[in-house]
Amino acid sequence: MALAVNDLKVWYRTLRGDVKALDGVTFEVADGEIMGIAGESGCGKTTLGKALIRLDTRMKHVGGTVVLDDDELPLADDAAMRRYRYREVSLIPQYAMSAMNPTRKIGRMIRDLLAAHNVRYAEVLPELERRLGLVGLETDVLKRYPIELSGGMKQRVVLVLSTLLNPSLLIGDEVTSALDVSSQKAVARALVEFRDHGFVKSMIVITHDISVLFQVADTILVMYAGHLAEKAPAKTIINAPLHPYTKMLIGALPKVGDRYEEQQLEGIEGRPPSLLEPPAGCRFRDRCPLVHDRCAEAPPFREVAEGHHVACWAVS
Amino acid sequence: MLTLSGLDKVYRTGTFGTSDLHAVRQVSLDVQRGEVVSLIGESGSGKSTIGKMVLHLLSSTGGTITFDGRDVTKLGFRARRDYYRKVQGVFQDPFSSFNPIYKVDRTFETLRRSYFPRVSSASWREKLDDALAAVTLEPGDILGKYPHQLSGGQLQRLLIARALLLDIELLVADEIISMLDASTRIDVLNLLGELKGRGLGILFVTHDLSLGNYVSDRVVILYKGRVVERGDTSAVFDDPLHPYTRDLLASVPHLDRTWEEVEAQEAERTRRLAGRCLYHEDITAQGRSLGDEAEAVGGVPNGLGLVEHAPGHFVGCFRKAAEEECPAGPAVKP
Repeated sequence: MALAVNDLKVWYRTLRGDVKALDGVTFEVADGEIMGIAGESGCGKTTLGKALIRLDTRMKHVGGTVVLDDDELPLADDAAMRRYRYREVSLIPQYAMSAMNPTRKIGRMIRDLLAAHNVRYAEVLPELERRLGLVGLETDVLKRYPIELSGGMKQRVVLVLSTLLNPSLLIGDEVTSALDVSSQKAVARALVEFRDHGFVKSMIVITHDISVLFQVADTILVMYAGHLAEKAPAKTIINAPLHPYTKMLIGALPKVGDRYEEQQLEGIEGRPPSLLEPPAGCRFRDRCPLVHDRCAEAPPFREVAEGHHVACWAVS
Repeated sequence: MLTLSGLDKVYRTGTFGTSDLHAVRQVSLDVQRGEVVSLIGESGSGKSTIGKMVLHLLSSTGGTITFDGRDVTKLGFRARRDYYRKVQGVFQDPFSSFNPIYKVDRTFETLRRSYFPRVSSASWREKLDDALAAVTLEPGDILGKYPHQLSGGQLQRLLIARALLLDIELLVADEIISMLDASTRIDVLNLLGELKGRGLGILFVTHDLSLGNYVSDRVVILYKGRVVERGDTSAVFDDPLHPYTRDLLASVPHLDRTWEEVEAQEAERTRRLAGRCLYHEDITAQGRSLGDEAEAVGGVPNGLGLVEHAPGHFVGCFRKAAEEECPAGPAVKP
């Protein structure tokens, strides 16, 4: 088991109280698994990714454990986490490609990054060049400035540099967003290839674009308002979802070939609850067509079939 | 209703405006009432530039834009005001379209001040309620709120309601759903479909093919400023001809097929069309010598024109970038 997250709670401190962005999530990611996380904005998917690498000053580890390769990660201890960052857990944050230092050549930037982790650039250079080739980049990108590369090229550079030390877990937050479809496909394929080559053991791919997850992920975890809704193999989530939220979410996505005239898809009425004072029980209650009295109590995230977990009372 | 013909946009770039960037090349298309036309292309294809030129936010450097028979490329201040009564735009980021320190009502107030100064409060309120009802928003939920209290989908529908207050005939929707969550995205798309039913013409600018396909009657595929293929939505999506359109369709992440499956399905078409150029084949088949080509396709130079390969389905020369050579070889080079 590469990653086991147990009842993890990470809240944001604000002046008006705690925002319960991640409120008790439990799941596992197997060796070699690419798990996608999908959900609307504000569902806690980015918080989950960030929590596994570094809690910023607003974030508070309220409870729960994260075990990576039999080692419990000291989430709340910033200094102790340093040993794991980049070497064991690597994160590609949102908009990483736009955050490259514009005044440094790519090679120099990678050298600085490695130096910060006490790794000599010359030692990993052959491997770095080999991997750049694998994602279809010339080695002379190292001599170029970020401004000289396209978005897709920059994102592939980010992917190569963040996996250079073969981390056990890679978290990619919206790595394929803001790219053209052809670059999106290249980056998404590179993710799968890196897993297949064993550069990273397992991966968490966070995106709001479920169709990309269908292409790359083995399993998909659907989150809603800080809770888990459903986790299942990617094909099952798309073709036979069980949680009413997943069903409505998938139903709201037009496939190529769906036409407005022929069949009108429906969105989901309403908005997710505020996480400042979230209601007790199932958080999807207010928007759910299947709501009944029992939903006042939070449903457990149960395994209903092999590898298929759902948190809903209506699913037995 | 709206007709673009031979539209060009050249940006001057470089230190002293020394080099030219051809953002839009000889684009011709039209939008009729009660129709959604999707402008599909990747970044740098010039799709937003075209939308902005239609909205008069950018000037064109060549060609014409006519609206109901009138050239609107050179409008004075007063004429432009009247133009905006009929043509309005909604853009990608709903949060930056609102001033965060004012309540959303202000958007409607400024509109009222400039366009309806003599309308009484009561009838204005009635008009407003109608417009909000048309975009399926409850006035009570929306008015008096600040932008941050509303969702992106609600804000985007508010902006459409604002456009509807003007009795517009054409809406330019520039990537209006790309920042919305999947669950609200479809509501905005359905709204476009409904407005179309009420006789509005919509120019829908998007990079997302599955969304472009859902509401549009016709699609225009742009690559590097040039129209490579256009036609009825089903014709283009079921039988993509231009290599760029085929690449684009093969790169779209589908929900029911993996990329490998799509490639396998398309292998036959790819083989059949490899090394060919239907544009030049059709031109030759129609008995026009290539020397007359420029004339044959309506005076469009450099092979930027389109040929009607099947009824309602137009395709351009199969080279991708304008500088490249036609894949059918130099023998048919324009």
